[in-house]
Amino acid sequence: MNAPAAYNFAYLDEQTKRMIRRAILKAIAIPGYQVPFASSEMPMPYGWGTGGVQVTAAILGPEDVLKVIDQGSDDTTNAISIRKFFAKTAGVATTTSTVDATVIQTRHRIPEAPLHGGQVLVYQVPIPEPLRFLEPRETETRRMHALGEYGLMHVKLYEDIARFGHIATSYAYPVKVNARYVMDPSPTPKFDNPKMDNCPALQLFGAGREKRIYAIPPHTQVTSLDFEDHPFTRYRFNAPCALCVADDSYLDEIVTDDKGGRMFVCSDTDYCETRQASGHRGSESAAPHKERAHG
Amino acid sequence: MAENERAVDDDQPLLIADGLSKSYGRLTACRDVSFALHPGEVLAIVGESGSGKTTLLQLLSAQLTPSAGHVSYRMRDGVLRDLAALGEAERRFLFRTDWGYVHQDPALGLRMAVSAGANVGERLMALGWNHYGRIRDNASSWLERVEIDVGRIDDAPRTYSGGMRQRLQIARNLVTKPRLVFMDEPTGGLDVSVQARLLDLMRNLVNELGLAAIVVTHDLAVARLLSHRVMVMKDGRVIETGLTDQVLDDPREPYTQLLVSSILPA
Amino acid sequence: MTAMIEISNAEKTFTMHLQGGVQLPVVRGVSFQVEPGECVVLSGPSGVGKSSILKMIFGNYRCDAGRIGIRHQGMQIDLARAEPRQILSVRLATIGYVSQFLRAVPRVATIDVAAEPLIANGMARSDARERSGQLLRRLNIPGPLWALPPSTFSGGEQQRVNIAHGFISDRPILLLDEPTASLDAANRAVVVDLIDQKKRAGVAIVAIVHDDEIRHLIADRIVDVTSFAAAA
Repeated sequence: MNAPAAYNFAYLDEQTKRMIRRAILKAIAIPGYQVPFASSEMPMPYGWGTGGVQVTAAILGPEDVLKVIDQGSDDTTNAISIRKFFAKTAGVATTTSTVDATVIQTRHRIPEAPLHGGQVLVYQVPIPEPLRFLEPRETETRRMHALGEYGLMHVKLYEDIARFGHIATSYAYPVKVNARYVMDPSPTPKFDNPKMDNCPALQLFGAGREKRIYAIPPHTQVTSLDFEDHPFTRYRFNAPCALCVADDSYLDEIVTDDKGGRMFVCSDTDYCETRQASGHRGSESAAPHKERAHG
Repeated sequence: MAENERAVDDDQPLLIADGLSKSYGRLTACRDVSFALHPGEVLAIVGESGSGKTTLLQLLSAQLTPSAGHVSYRMRDGVLRDLAALGEAERRFLFRTDWGYVHQDPALGLRMAVSAGANVGERLMALGWNHYGRIRDNASSWLERVEIDVGRIDDAPRTYSGGMRQRLQIARNLVTKPRLVFMDEPTGGLDVSVQARLLDLMRNLVNELGLAAIVVTHDLAVARLLSHRVMVMKDGRVIETGLTDQVLDDPREPYTQLLVSSILPA
Repeated sequence: MTAMIEISNAEKTFTMHLQGGVQLPVVRGVSFQVEPGECVVLSGPSGVGKSSILKMIFGNYRCDAGRIGIRHQGMQIDLARAEPRQILSVRLATIGYVSQFLRAVPRVATIDVAAEPLIANGMARSDARERSGQLLRRLNIPGPLWALPPSTFSGGEQQRVNIAHGFISDRPILLLDEPTASLDAANRAVVVDLIDQKKRAGVAIVAIVHDDEIRHLIADRIVDVTSFAAAA
C-alpha cells in the first residue's frame, strides 16, 4: 500500500465510514427511500460530488478497482480529480474499463456496457427529492413518501402533456422503485432509465449537500413513471456514433467548426474506445480534426 | 336520484357528532355539540363571527382534535369509525376520496399554478388513474358540469375570476364522488350575481349526486337555499336547531329571532 | 282511520323576544279532519290564523301542543313531533303546498320550477318538463315564458307558476293558500277545474279562499277558524 501515513484509508475516519455504511444498509433495506446521513466536509465544495465521494469512501476496500466517470467520460477534470483523490488516499487500483471495475462512481450517466453482479455503481446526486420542484416543503414531501401519495408527480407529467403534447422531462426522469417509492435517478438522461431496472449491480446514490443516501439493491424493479396512453420512451439522436458506429449508445453532440458542423459520438468513452479497438470504426476519428474544404 | 354505489342504508347516519367541545385554555371555542347527519342531507351551521362555527367545521372534518366528545363517520363499507381513532394515512385518504372540503378562499383549495385539468384530475391520479386521455375527459366533463368553458382546461386558476375559481374548487372536490362535503362560507367574498349562480350550481349538484353537506355560513339566505336543517350558533353553543324553513320562519330562541329579523329586505 | 289529515287540539303561540317577550297566541284547540277527495275551506277574518294552520300542517310552523296527524304512506305520523327528516319525507311524498306568494329560487326557469316536484320524486327531467309544459299551458302561461325565471313575471303569472308547482305531482294532500287571489276570471276557472280534478282523484285538500264564489265551487266543508282563535 502506498498511501501516505497521514490519511486514513479512503480519507474518512472509520467512525464516519461506519455511520455512512449504516445509512447505506438502511437504504438497501428500503429501496428508493432517502436515508438522511451526517454528510461530512470533504476537500471539495458542495456540488462537486461530495455525496458520491463519501459513499465510495465508505465502501472502498484495498482490493477494489475504481472507475470514475463524469458525463460518461473518464477524462474530464472532475473524473480525473476524484480518481486521483482515491488513488492517493486509498491506494486502490483504478481503471477506465467498465467491465474490470468493481466500484464505479458516476456523474449523470450510466455506463453502456452491461454491469454484472459484484459491481457497485455510485451516483452523484444534486437534489435527491423528486418532488422538490412541485412541493417545496420538506415536511410535506416526507409525508407524501411515507404515505405513498404521489398524485402530485403525475400532475407534473399531466401538465407536461397538456402543455407540450408529451412528457417533457428528458433527464432526472422519476422512477418508481420496487413498486413503492418514487425516486430521482439523479440527472442521468432518461435514455439510461431502463438500465436501472433489474440491474445485477448494486446502485447507491449519494447527495452530499442535501445529506441523503438512497439505494437500489440488485435485481430490483425500477419503472419510469408514465401514462398508459403516453408511455415512457427513450430519446436518442437518430444516427450511429461517428467514431465507432454504435447505434445503441447515448450520443454527445460535438460542434466541429464554426459553420454549423457537428458530429455525434458516444458519451461513454470507454464503450466507444472498446468498440473502436475491436474494429468498429466510423466516418470520423478521435484524432484532431482536419480542416476540410467547403465549397 | 343518483345511481351511486352506496353500501350504506339511507336510514343509517353518515356522520355523528357527540358532545363535541373544543377549548383553548380557558377559552371555549365550541361547546357540547351533538347531531347526526344522514346521507343526502344538507346541514347549515349559521352564526356570526366568533360563534364557533368554523371551529366546529374543523372538528367535524378531523382537522382539529376535540377537547371532549367524538365524531364518528360511516365508511363506505358501512362501519362507523371514530375519527380520532383513524391513522393519519386513513384520514388523509378519506379527505381525498370520500370527503370534499370547499374553502372560502378558493386559492386554499386549489393549486393555483397548475392547469384546471390537472387540478380536477389530481385526486384521480392520486387514486392510481393512469390514462391521460381518460383523466382529461373526466376533467372536461366536470368543468362542463360546473359551467366552466372547457376551452380553459389548460389555463391555471391564476387566470380565473373569483367565481370560476370557486366552481373549479367544487369540481376538484367532487371528482371522486364524495359522500360528504364540508363548505366554509362558499359564497363569501363573491359578487351577488356570482353568488346566485354558484348557489344554483351547488343546489343542483347536491340534489343530483345525493351529497350530504355541512355548510358554514353567516348568510341566512344561503342556509335557506341549500340546507334541509340548520343549526344556529352563538358563543360556541348551539342555540337552536331544526328544519331550515321552520327555524327561519318560526324562530323560537331570542337570538335566532334577532338574526332573522336583522336581514335587510332586498 | 281513513282521514288524510287529523288535527286534534293543536295550539300555537308566538313569543316575541325582541319585543320584551310578549306572547302572541295564534290558535288554540284546533281540531278537524279531512278525508280523501274532500276539500275543507278555512274561513274567518284576516289575521285569525288561517295561514298559520296551513303552515302547521305543512310543518313550516311549529306546533306547541296537540297533534297533527297525517296519513303518510299508509302510516299515521304526528307532524308536530316528527323529526326534520320525517317532515321532509312527508313533504316529498304526501303534502303539496301552494303558498300565497311564489318563493322561487333565483335563476331557475319557470318550466323547471314547475317540474321540480316530479324530478325530486325521481322522474326524468325531460318527462317532468313535458308534464310541466302541459300544466303551464293549461294555466295560460305561454311557451316563450317557460325558459325565463318567474321573478320578472306579474303577480298573477307568478301565482299560476306557483299553482303549477303545487299541482303537478300526485301527492294525496294539497294545502292551498289563496290560490286564486291575483287571477282573472278565466284563470280562476282553470284553477277550480284543477281542484275538482284533484278531488276526483282522491286528494285531500285544505284551502284558504276569500272569494265567496270560489268557495262555493270548491268547498265540501267550511271550518270557521274564529272558533280556534286563541286571543281572549
